[in-house]
Amino acid sequence: MFEQVVFYFFAAVLVVAGALVITVRNPVHAALCLVLAFFTSAAIWLLLEAEFLAIALVLVYVGAVMVLFLFVVMMLDVNLVPLREGFIRYLPIGIGIAVVVLVELVVVLGGDRFDLLPAPEPHPADYSNTRELGQVLYTVYVYPFEIASLILLVAIVAAIALTLRRREGRRGQRPEEQVRVRRADRVRLVRMPAVRREGLAEGGGGRAAAPGGETAPEAGE
Amino acid sequence: MSGVAMPAFAPIAPEIVLAAAACVVLVVEVYGRSTDLTYRLSQASLVLTALVLALNFPEDAIVAFSGTFIADPMAGVLKLATLVIGWFLFFYLHAHLRARSRARGEHFILGLFALLGMMVLVSAANLLTVYLGLELLSLSLYAMVALDRDSPVAAEAAMKYFVLGALASGMLLYGMSMVYGATGTLELAGIGAAAQDGTDLILVLGLVFVVTGIAFKLGAAPFHMWIPDVYEGAETPVTMFVGTAPKLAAFAMAVRLLADGLWGLHGEWQDMLVVLAVLSIGIGNVIAIAQANLKRMLAYSTIAHMGFLFLGIIPGTGEGFAAAMFYVIVYAVMALGAFGMIVVLSREGFEADRIDDFRGLNERSPWQAFLMLVLMLSMAGVPPFVGFWAKWSVLREVVAAGFVWLAVVAVVFSVVGLFYYLRIVKLMYFDEPDDEPPLSVASPLRLVISVNALSVLVVGLFPGALLGWCLAALTGG
Repeated sequence: MFEQVVFYFFAAVLVVAGALVITVRNPVHAALCLVLAFFTSAAIWLLLEAEFLAIALVLVYVGAVMVLFLFVVMMLDVNLVPLREGFIRYLPIGIGIAVVVLVELVVVLGGDRFDLLPAPEPHPADYSNTRELGQVLYTVYVYPFEIASLILLVAIVAAIALTLRRREGRRGQRPEEQVRVRRADRVRLVRMPAVRREGLAEGGGGRAAAPGGETAPEAGE
Repeated sequence: MSGVAMPAFAPIAPEIVLAAAACVVLVVEVYGRSTDLTYRLSQASLVLTALVLALNFPEDAIVAFSGTFIADPMAGVLKLATLVIGWFLFFYLHAHLRARSRARGEHFILGLFALLGMMVLVSAANLLTVYLGLELLSLSLYAMVALDRDSPVAAEAAMKYFVLGALASGMLLYGMSMVYGATGTLELAGIGAAAQDGTDLILVLGLVFVVTGIAFKLGAAPFHMWIPDVYEGAETPVTMFVGTAPKLAAFAMAVRLLADGLWGLHGEWQDMLVVLAVLSIGIGNVIAIAQANLKRMLAYSTIAHMGFLFLGIIPGTGEGFAAAMFYVIVYAVMALGAFGMIVVLSREGFEADRIDDFRGLNERSPWQAFLMLVLMLSMAGVPPFVGFWAKWSVLREVVAAGFVWLAVVAVVFSVVGLFYYLRIVKLMYFDEPDDEPPLSVASPLRLVISVNALSVLVVGLFPGALLGWCLAALTGG
């Protein structure tokens, strides 16, 4: 009885939060509603004795993914007005399709059709969900697991390849070269012959005679 | 250890070799200085994988890794074909990138992972591996399309491809969850045993979504809208990557899901595929006529060819699947050659992707014009080229299954399709070139495109070997 009350409470919050995600106008509010939806579904998973998944959902999605998402939403100043331009025009056909699909799903997916799996017995209190998952993840499901890791590798390679640009003429520090620098790289000692002062009084002629460019007048001191 | 046996590694050796090689190439690319080295190592890893596969060629179906992986003759043939096509893909990719002096190693690394995804998909025996293989393949391809960062058209193509591909994956997943809910298992063999009842509405609903996902990935009408834009926007060799080898994997996915998994619903998916096939053959062939861009024209021709592919799957017989497999391999080789010809004619700063760029090609280079003639006639299905045998074997199976009207529709639209293939031939041989210089093609590229195009002719003259191979792989005879 208590369980059912808890379930319906979280389910109601979940449905409301999910509806708000796609209806509120402010993207930041939508992201926050999604966080709420994740929290409540984690709570429902806890009721289903899927503790590990519930914790992973909170840690990974709420803790990492959605925070990043919020950053992105806040940093990208997306102008939503042009995105909504076609909304009214496509609304009738959209609603039509949505209603058809909804009716189909309600007709097909009645609760009485899923009678294949009997409700499992509740596990005792010392049953460890994480332990059970760990035992099958690296044995029975090792092949899908490894493919999933390759997908993540592809994601890393693609993300770096798409965003890392080596621009020509970009200015930046290279610490390893700064450390390795020698005196000869930075200071050039120029041996200059002494020039008499009368050379300057003659105008441009004396300048041309002095090698070393602009430092010539001082060198002639 | 609990009672899980050590999995058999021999059947999966090619995948392991390719995955390890891809990681090695990745490290070499990061620390090496030459993209040439990355390219050569990628080619070498494909050859090595093909060798390992040939040595471990599966004679019978072997299921390994707790029912998530299957190696059977169909998987063997398709993987070998994928690897050979992959070698050609890398060659064209390298030639294209080097001519523009912006060769980058990421293309090859993502390409290797895409090929690995195809191999995973081809030997998937579980809904999990079907989905993961598909994602490994698709994600690599999305990134490859987007890698041409300075082109706004490529960015648009990548975006469309990504969004629609994600939508299709979502559909497929939704369908899979229905199938799982109705049967209680993820293994395709288990689903095949449990899903016998065509009146189970949950299964039928799941089937609708699964077929939608397959049609999206193959690019069959009415789920074809992404194909022309992606084909046109991506760089030509990347288009080739999207349009050739993945079709083999998508065919395998269709056979695994529909024939292995949902065989009990054969009557239901047959009707759906008939609709998809008629729409694809009709829309593809008719709209292709209106295209002025060769890549768009080939995109619509792809849609029509995918309709023909469905014709082979519709009867649901081993012979039908063998004909469809023959068709998809032949199509991939022909598309490889046709896009390869665009790579051959292009140069830095000029993409020969308009149909008018082929005007008077015979005067500029008679040999290239001849190769293009072979490819176009083969795509149109003119004997003695292999495209004719592909169409013929598929139509024979459809007629044998009692769908005479379907065969008639397909033939009528093929005749319509003949027009746009022959238009290219007419432009090449009977029109004057627009003061273009004579074509000079680097000799390795000329050799490879010649091998590619002439294989269409040679297999067309002796189609028995490949056809028999496909038949043996699917009927065990």
